[in-house]
Amino acid sequence: MREVCVLGIGQVPVQELWDKSLRELAVASIVAALEDAGQPAVEALYVGNMLGGELTGQAHLGALVADFAGLAGIEALRVEAAGASGGLAFRLGYLAVASGVHDIVLVTGVEKMTERLDPEVTAALALAHDGDFETFPGATPAALAAMIMQRYIHEYGVARGDFAIFPLTSHQNAVHNPYAMYRKALTREFYDKAEMTAAPLNILDCSPTCDGAASVVLAPAQVARDLGRPVVRVSGSGVATDTIALHDRADPLWLAAAARSAALAYQQAGKDPAEIDFFELYDDFSIMAVLALEACGFAARGQGVRFAHEAGIGLDGRLPICTMGGLKGRGNPDGATGVYQIVDVVNQLRGTAGANQLDCRVGMAQAIGGSGATVVTHILEVEK
Amino acid sequence: MTMELSRHWRLNAQRYALGGVECDGCGARYFPPRAVCPRCGSRSLHQARFIGNGLGQVYSYSLVHEAPVGYGDHAPYPVALVKLDDGPVVTAQLTDVDPADVQIGMRVEMVTRRIKEDGDKGLIAYGYKFRPMLDPRRVEVPA
Repeated sequence: MREVCVLGIGQVPVQELWDKSLRELAVASIVAALEDAGQPAVEALYVGNMLGGELTGQAHLGALVADFAGLAGIEALRVEAAGASGGLAFRLGYLAVASGVHDIVLVTGVEKMTERLDPEVTAALALAHDGDFETFPGATPAALAAMIMQRYIHEYGVARGDFAIFPLTSHQNAVHNPYAMYRKALTREFYDKAEMTAAPLNILDCSPTCDGAASVVLAPAQVARDLGRPVVRVSGSGVATDTIALHDRADPLWLAAAARSAALAYQQAGKDPAEIDFFELYDDFSIMAVLALEACGFAARGQGVRFAHEAGIGLDGRLPICTMGGLKGRGNPDGATGVYQIVDVVNQLRGTAGANQLDCRVGMAQAIGGSGATVVTHILEVEK
Repeated sequence: MTMELSRHWRLNAQRYALGGVECDGCGARYFPPRAVCPRCGSRSLHQARFIGNGLGQVYSYSLVHEAPVGYGDHAPYPVALVKLDDGPVVTAQLTDVDPADVQIGMRVEMVTRRIKEDGDKGLIAYGYKFRPMLDPRRVEVPA
């Protein structure tokens, strides 16, 4: 397998972008990524997207986006794995370059969620779960996360308010990210007063729906070296699945697929959790951030919240997470999110993260579909 | 409005009787039915038409405030993961209960209720919900 690097990145500001269509968002991020990469000749395009059909009435995104990006003719396809769609598209791009099948691959994540009213978006997002046996009975994505949180509180005696550190951290980090949706810090008081979405989960425990697109250009690492550009290498890549329904898990408080995909990525990269400088985790709901910290070996079982408070998850903590705002602060354009996470990692490793810049060499990103039914983990390193 | 008649019809055994399967290889019980046992790999599973008597206990729960299309009339409504006495865990709404009274470990029993309306002219779908188990000593039996 060849060494693969991220040669270019591009993103559009995450917002409710009423004046932009799905294709315009995707193409804007592609134009930015190709410019950043030095306009290489693209051989394939993988588009991560979850709800193009349901929310915008548009499927066949591989051909559509390639066409409007001026790339008609190349191999192009759409990848769907709910919230892990963007991460999985990146995985396919990585495999295509690593295998030698393609030299230059474009990976785009795009989601357009604001065409519809909230109850319709909620129903569409529920497609990530078991339609007949979770969604039909009335469990929403937030309710499923809330039931994990309720049981977690019951088992480990954590106070509900202690989860506040996750949205507070993400919002704090989003303040200095010009591509983030909420560039405003939150207070604990505000969190405590927030309305319930699905108790005990409140609205500030939930990442917002929005529009967005991000793109990256993948190439053999040697291409970046030859061009004298920063070499941000993909050193670990792992995908794993779990039962689609939360109720079929032997232990609903353990993200088995997160643990497995992280283990695969650690093994390939030859790294252990202590060598990860920062972690772009999937904080679609606060409780999922907690479970990801535990599954990926940063905190012991039942200790994820305590780890956040004691070791620190802010930019100066032992393990900075969601360094550019995460899903909560930047916004969670579902199928695009996994690619935004990679863009965040690359900015940190290149030293282009602005006010949020860390002193770092190794970063990890993890995208999650559904209640942890598909999990994609990547480790990236910069050659210095 | 979407009819989905065959989909609702196909699931009658599950919706009205918690029909599941039991593995002939290892004895594991599943709801809903599966063709392959994820535990032992057996392809031989037989129908367990009534998984238990519909009794179980609340493993966890939530109160849904932001409801999807078709469920808004009931919001806020409680949902739960119910661990059936016969093994499988089921995701279902709780009914006939004050949400403030719901607790982990609470004993519940299955009942058939209206689940979803598809607009004013569409189908009304029924299925299982769970309610707090009635105290048999307080049920009046007609003479």
